[in-house]
Amino acid sequence: MPKDHGIGASSKRREDVRFLTGTGNYTDDINVYGQAYVAFVRSDVAHGRIKSVDTAEAAAMPGVLRVFTGSDFEGVGSIPCGWQVTDRHGEPMKEPAHPVLAHGKVRHVGDPIAAVVAETLQEARDAAEAVMADIEELPAVVDMKAAVASSDTLVHDDIGTNLCYDWGFVEDNREAVDKAISEAAHVTTLELVNNRLVANPMEPRVAVGSYEAAGDMSTLYTTSQNPHVIRLLMGAFVLGIPEHKLRVVAPDVGGGFGTKIFHYAEEAFCTFAARALKRPVKWTSTRSEAFMSDAHGRDHVTKIELALDKDHNFTALRTETYANMGAYLSTFAPSVPTWLHGTLMAGNYKTPLIYVNVKAVFTNTVPVDAYRGAGRPEATFQLERVVDKAARELGVDPIELRRKNFITEFPYATPVAVEYDTGDYNATMDKLIEIADLANFETRRKESEGRGKLRGLGINSYIEACGIAPSNLVGQLGARAGLYESATVRVNATGSISVMTGSHSHGQGHETAFPQVVAEMLGIPEDMVEIVHGDTANTPMGMGTYGSRSLAVGGSAMVRATEKIINKAKKIAAHLLEASEADIELKDGAFSVAGTDKSVAWGDVTLAAYVPHNYPLEDIEPGLEETAFYDPSNFTYPSGAYCCEVEVDPDTGKVDVVAFAAADDFGNVVNPMIVEGQVHGGVAQGIGQALLENCAYDETGQLLSASYMDYAMPRADNVPMVTVDHSCQTPCTHNPLGVKGCGEAGAIGSPPAVINAVIDALQSGGHTHVTHIDMPATPNRVWAAMQG
Amino acid sequence: MTEVTMNVNGRKVTRSVRGNELLVEFLREQLRLTGTHVGCDTSQCGACCVHVNGELVKACTMFAAEADGAEVATIEGQANADGSLNVIQQAFQDYHGLQCGFCTPGMVMSAASLLKDNPKPTEEEIRHHLQGNICRCTGYHNIVRAIMAASGQETPAVAAE
Repeated sequence: MPKDHGIGASSKRREDVRFLTGTGNYTDDINVYGQAYVAFVRSDVAHGRIKSVDTAEAAAMPGVLRVFTGSDFEGVGSIPCGWQVTDRHGEPMKEPAHPVLAHGKVRHVGDPIAAVVAETLQEARDAAEAVMADIEELPAVVDMKAAVASSDTLVHDDIGTNLCYDWGFVEDNREAVDKAISEAAHVTTLELVNNRLVANPMEPRVAVGSYEAAGDMSTLYTTSQNPHVIRLLMGAFVLGIPEHKLRVVAPDVGGGFGTKIFHYAEEAFCTFAARALKRPVKWTSTRSEAFMSDAHGRDHVTKIELALDKDHNFTALRTETYANMGAYLSTFAPSVPTWLHGTLMAGNYKTPLIYVNVKAVFTNTVPVDAYRGAGRPEATFQLERVVDKAARELGVDPIELRRKNFITEFPYATPVAVEYDTGDYNATMDKLIEIADLANFETRRKESEGRGKLRGLGINSYIEACGIAPSNLVGQLGARAGLYESATVRVNATGSISVMTGSHSHGQGHETAFPQVVAEMLGIPEDMVEIVHGDTANTPMGMGTYGSRSLAVGGSAMVRATEKIINKAKKIAAHLLEASEADIELKDGAFSVAGTDKSVAWGDVTLAAYVPHNYPLEDIEPGLEETAFYDPSNFTYPSGAYCCEVEVDPDTGKVDVVAFAAADDFGNVVNPMIVEGQVHGGVAQGIGQALLENCAYDETGQLLSASYMDYAMPRADNVPMVTVDHSCQTPCTHNPLGVKGCGEAGAIGSPPAVINAVIDALQSGGHTHVTHIDMPATPNRVWAAMQG
Repeated sequence: MTEVTMNVNGRKVTRSVRGNELLVEFLREQLRLTGTHVGCDTSQCGACCVHVNGELVKACTMFAAEADGAEVATIEGQANADGSLNVIQQAFQDYHGLQCGFCTPGMVMSAASLLKDNPKPTEEEIRHHLQGNICRCTGYHNIVRAIMAASGQETPAVAAE
């Protein structure tokens, strides 16, 4: 019988009521009295020298308050990067300046050159058209390998190279890996592209800056997954505003998928301009602007080699990846192809020797940073594609080849610096075989063939490192931030509870799931617990929501704070019951004395804490409010096995995903309904990457896919129902909830399943020369591959 | 400026509008009905779906002046008279048909339009109808199920598969 409340229950989401009735409060719904509007003038060339920016005509137009250009930001800091990677020679990465408004050069289409602030949005937009930027167009750096091969054209002249870093991991393994590959019985090699994507949360970014001069107080309303991080980055590094004079508010956030982690120029601009003009300033991104200003994702070009011995044991793995940074370093960009990618190259396998080389490259394109999965999808795609190719080359069953090489004993220290605490990869594979009904695949294939379609089956495993992250470890790896999370549990006098957290939902249902945890611990109804988040003014410093961390890290902080509450409440109850604290038990919302019928209700204890008439004031303070900061001791390692079935039309190359199944091990699960929804959405994004989505630039750096007319988002008729299962549960061993995180799994695990299935379909149709197709596997690419 | 009068969620409103003012701008900025969202600028995403004279309309494809004299329904007017969620809204909550909620008002308006014309749509018909509404969170799985459930058709319970 499923639970109907607390941990493990599919509690309905309380936030849904406002979203379903049009009463949500997204950032664009906020208008501050007296606000002005900004329109940005953005570069329409990929690379150019700014010779002059003539703002006179625009400044004279109706309603215009001021036109800002790069020179207005002298003395203002650069948009900071939050992670410093050290290269294989011990040198720090190249870290060019990132001005709020372009200064000297424009470096990508969409780079903001000027900003017009006016009384109305229409006036701002009209005047922006009148700003005359004289730009000497320069050749653009677009192709990564060409960017590194020659220094003739530099994105950043002052650093003398387009190479941000050349990272080797584990450098000490390099020679041994080379040797093992040269001596292997079999080596499978694959060159592939992990296509550039745009996260595309349905809510475009918005920023509203305001300034109260009397108190010298700045407020920024912004679409952010982590308002405290924005406050720190923007306040300390860009604008020089101390935290106590800067409030950052992220109300309801309409999706993020990573792209709303980062600190963006528009946030700094609106906060800066509000101070300069003593007027609130609002910016709402259009979707076209979003395509050229939101950080993009993925964009890796990789060669991977897998060595096997004569018994098909994996003996070594070597990869070389070019990772696109775009024109500037976005907040966490350097960490994505390195510590979030190289550390995952062991996957689910006991490969003893691994060497990962990553060359991060500046190009005249929009900055690239974390997008759902962030480095882990890139690692998984390479690994699970090359394993599949190896199975074909060796003529062995792809599932059996995986099983032969699965890690089966835990904890397991990989050769790429992480230690998996738990997992059972055979169990999720067994479950997948069951829920995907693999036993009857051949019957389905014949049925498809009867209709003239080629049916393919793609299987893969995945593992991810989530619950980001142990602060001392990531500090050693170059992070300029801690990655703990915080919670304040404020018990009110009548027993209701407000939980303030640094995590922030952008669709994950925190307002529902977190109370399930706290209510379960106290034995009270969930609706007595309210979550407060998204506002630096009333939440403790916390690092926000990304990296499948909110429950594993933020939830653990809540557990710790609630434990403190219970400890104190037991002292109060002991006093009220005239018993020893050691004898007090908390059950079903009441404190009792063990072995007696004496008890006192939760509400009586909480009331006593705030009305301390009969209270041990000499021993404990009044009040019942506790804060905990939780810093994880390890990453968490969700894992699983995914299966995709496709039908390919041999006449057109069109691929239809006809079945998809996901068997995940997320450890313990707090709200199964929410967890399954996360997998559904992640899988759809993975199918989108594999078959539809592609952020395309031409050779001059023009962005060809800057609207939904050109960038193919998955729509309802592109994706199937997804069969999901999370009954294989090996609880995380190092956090109090035993949870691992579920937000990114779908996007990590699904792309290789889709491509493996496409290759299988083509091979089954006799196109045995087709061993790989780059994503997205569009009809054109698939048809061309079939033609040889 | 042009003066327009329309009936929005059963309430008669008269306002001055710019000639190029879109219906969605009018609803959001003038009437403060901010449940209707703007997710793109090419009429692709469907976050701004409303009903105009009973027909499903993307409110970014129509000038406010064109809606002069029209009956307009938005998400804010969809709940039952007692304030409780209507059948479609309730099904979206019951079947977890929303996550971030940004596309949701458009989805609900689109679903209502479908069920008015086709009270028992198949899964394929639902998916076809929703082509003009993009959701980035749910993978559509639970949206489709919510609409099946709202139309009284059997669909497995959430988290019971």
